[in-house]
Amino acid sequence: MSETLAVGGPEAPPRPPTPTGRPINRLRLARLRDLALVPPIIALLIYGYTLKPDVFLTKSYLVDTVLKYQTELALVVLAEALVLIVGKFDLSLESIVGIAPAVAVFLVVGQTSMLGAPWPTWTVLPVALVFGALIGVFNGLLVVRFKLSAFIVTLAMLIALRGLQLAIVGGATISNLANRIPTIDNLGSLRILTVPLSIWIVVLAFAVGVVVLGYTRFGRSLYAVGGNPDAARAAGIRVERVIWVTFVVAGALAALAGLMLSARLGSVAANQGSGMIFTVFAAAVIGGISLDGGKGSLVGALTGVVLLGLIQNVLTLAQVKPDQIQAVNGLVILVALVLARMTSGKAQD
Amino acid sequence: MVDDESRPVVEATGVAKRFGPTVALADGNLTVLPGETHALVGRNGAGKSTLVGVLTGLLKPDAGEVRFAGRPAPPLGDRVAWRQHVACVYQKPSVVGELSVAENLFLDRQPRGRFGLLSWSRLRRAATDLLEAWSVPVDPATPAKELTVEQRQLVEIAGALSHGARFVILDEPTAQLEARAIARLFDRLADLQRQGVTFLFISHHLPEIYEICQRVTVFRDARHIVTAPVAELDHAKLVEAMIGDARGLVQVGHDRPPVPDEAEPVLTLDAVGVPGFTGPVDLTVGRGEIVGVAGSAASGKRELAEAVVGLRPRTGQVRVAGSTVKPASVPAALRAGIGYLPADRNADGFVPGLSVAENATMTVADRLGPAGMVLPKRRDARGRKAIADLDVHTAGPHQPVGELSGGNAQKVVMARALARDPRVLVLVHPTVGVDVRSKESLLGVVDAETRGGRGALLVSDELEDLRVCDRVVVMVAGRVAAEHRRGWDEAELVAEIEGIGEKHV
Repeated sequence: MSETLAVGGPEAPPRPPTPTGRPINRLRLARLRDLALVPPIIALLIYGYTLKPDVFLTKSYLVDTVLKYQTELALVVLAEALVLIVGKFDLSLESIVGIAPAVAVFLVVGQTSMLGAPWPTWTVLPVALVFGALIGVFNGLLVVRFKLSAFIVTLAMLIALRGLQLAIVGGATISNLANRIPTIDNLGSLRILTVPLSIWIVVLAFAVGVVVLGYTRFGRSLYAVGGNPDAARAAGIRVERVIWVTFVVAGALAALAGLMLSARLGSVAANQGSGMIFTVFAAAVIGGISLDGGKGSLVGALTGVVLLGLIQNVLTLAQVKPDQIQAVNGLVILVALVLARMTSGKAQD
Repeated sequence: MVDDESRPVVEATGVAKRFGPTVALADGNLTVLPGETHALVGRNGAGKSTLVGVLTGLLKPDAGEVRFAGRPAPPLGDRVAWRQHVACVYQKPSVVGELSVAENLFLDRQPRGRFGLLSWSRLRRAATDLLEAWSVPVDPATPAKELTVEQRQLVEIAGALSHGARFVILDEPTAQLEARAIARLFDRLADLQRQGVTFLFISHHLPEIYEICQRVTVFRDARHIVTAPVAELDHAKLVEAMIGDARGLVQVGHDRPPVPDEAEPVLTLDAVGVPGFTGPVDLTVGRGEIVGVAGSAASGKRELAEAVVGLRPRTGQVRVAGSTVKPASVPAALRAGIGYLPADRNADGFVPGLSVAENATMTVADRLGPAGMVLPKRRDARGRKAIADLDVHTAGPHQPVGELSGGNAQKVVMARALARDPRVLVLVHPTVGVDVRSKESLLGVVDAETRGGRGALLVSDELEDLRVCDRVVVMVAGRVAAEHRRGWDEAELVAEIEGIGEKHV
């Protein structure tokens, strides 16, 4: 009993932790996986510099030509990363990017008197966010309550919402928004410390995301549910609620991304967001988010976004013909996936 | 095979294997003679699984040699050749659940008919013949996922034999079986042995080894320790060889103080029923008491425990220290002071990708910081305390639990159950699939923890687990059929568990 006598009574003083080398190594390793994409990012920066040495590495170029165009993608990747970590899928996010701003803008400036429209212009932001969140609620209802496959539910939602958006926008584009809606104007052109507001929003969202995922009960429960839902349930985690909340948050984030996209373009097109989800998944997976759930970090996902943004930019600089750029882009994404897989070892299973 | 009669079926010499810095096997030696049932025993991490991997051609040894019937093993890539020599039936199913038994048996070698297309009728006939030849009473049209563990094992054995192998490795075949099924399995193994099949039998249940094996090989710390006929190695010597010191295993709980009859109840089940599994059950666990619940798999004992901890809907009332617990809510049960260790740690015990500290504190995430925050420092401190308290062998609180051996992973699950300082522990099969030393240590924890005033409900059909209990109730077909104080008679209890001894009630 010598082994077990020391066990457990509340009065037993905790033994001093035995110092070992491995946990520290392990921690370093985990960080390293997050940063697996930094070498290719640096390589792309150097390559871009050789293509256009006079402007490429200047702040204004990187901010206004590279990063600004990745802000919406970054937010949707953040949303998708949360859903993937909790072990589900959400394909409908790309439709939310289109429909949430479409609905919000339509109620303010549309040719309609539905629901007491026109609504005051300040409602654009809250209406878009609430609409995105409501779609998340509905997705969650079908996935959690009716236990349907998240993949197929959100695929159907993607199609349905796309159709609804066509009906609202009517095949045309609602344009000239910046002059009519101050919120949109601010989102699109306001700068803080010379950096566009949209970039600040992304930085803030990821900072909050990193803290929530790493240092809160809710964040940790995403990993537990994604890693083994039954174990999470037996440990008292409300698995269904966690999944549901994640869908809602993802919906709201995608709506915000949509509003930012409309603000950057000054319009809501009928196909806004269309096809985006493929890039979103590519960025998330390249960034180390596992499609099996329970694995990955937001820092990794963000590096995935930056990498894809740089690739696109460098391809343009390298004067790849516009009609070929999509094929080349796809190939480069595949290469990036293989590289990320090799540099981060087993982490991307 | 006549000329191979005297040669060992398999002979492994000096097998070594490393995984990065870990030496999984340093000196693996094993000789299995034709027609025998050979036991391979050792604690978790002794190198048994690695040896099996090498013997089945799934792992490439760094050094050493494997010979089948005197001839060198085939090259690693040649799966067909390997399958003619050896097969392994693992604990985890290696059948495709959605396919029929017949298809599983002839996967990727389905008999073909006209135009070279697959012939379903021939497939069915071949499967029927095969199952009949080895007397496996299973309909080949059954989907594999509907097989019982026992049937699945027999089907896998038949499949192995159909590839020409006459040497089958059984990796803990009895771990998920109840007593009667084990007896049936052993009968079948004896039949097969008479038909010339050689077995390598891996088990943590030492009595089984004396029951069906002729010789035994012990591994410890990645090395071969001894090989001897079972008759020459009694239980004490066998355990000594496994754990490596002369200090034998302690019978945990033999010195527990008696629980007074008027002990204040910490857990009361008042007509608790689980729809579809049990009738109304009344049960009380007193302060400082361990109550064992025994019964066959169909008795509903596991479902009852899962209902008590809120994983299943139930009727009736559960009270912890006097206050009623809301049904079908795990968080409510946790708050009320119930700590839970689930029956199958791989299924719902831990999250393999998360760290030891994170798994051990999963039930107390609300106490690791203010306002829903989880402070890593506090989590790691608690993780380190759990590692120390429960003697978990791990590289540290940051190691993923999926990398730990079965016994150590189970200790982490135990830590999770104890983390909220519960009034009562509900433990289901707490020592399943863990080695002798971990078993002693886990039961020691239950013993020590209940001496301070906690109670424990220990659901198990392991006699070793039940011996720790102050009281044992036997469930048959969803109701309590018998109750015993410490010092029960083994044969009588087993008979009651099997449902043939109810007259003793």
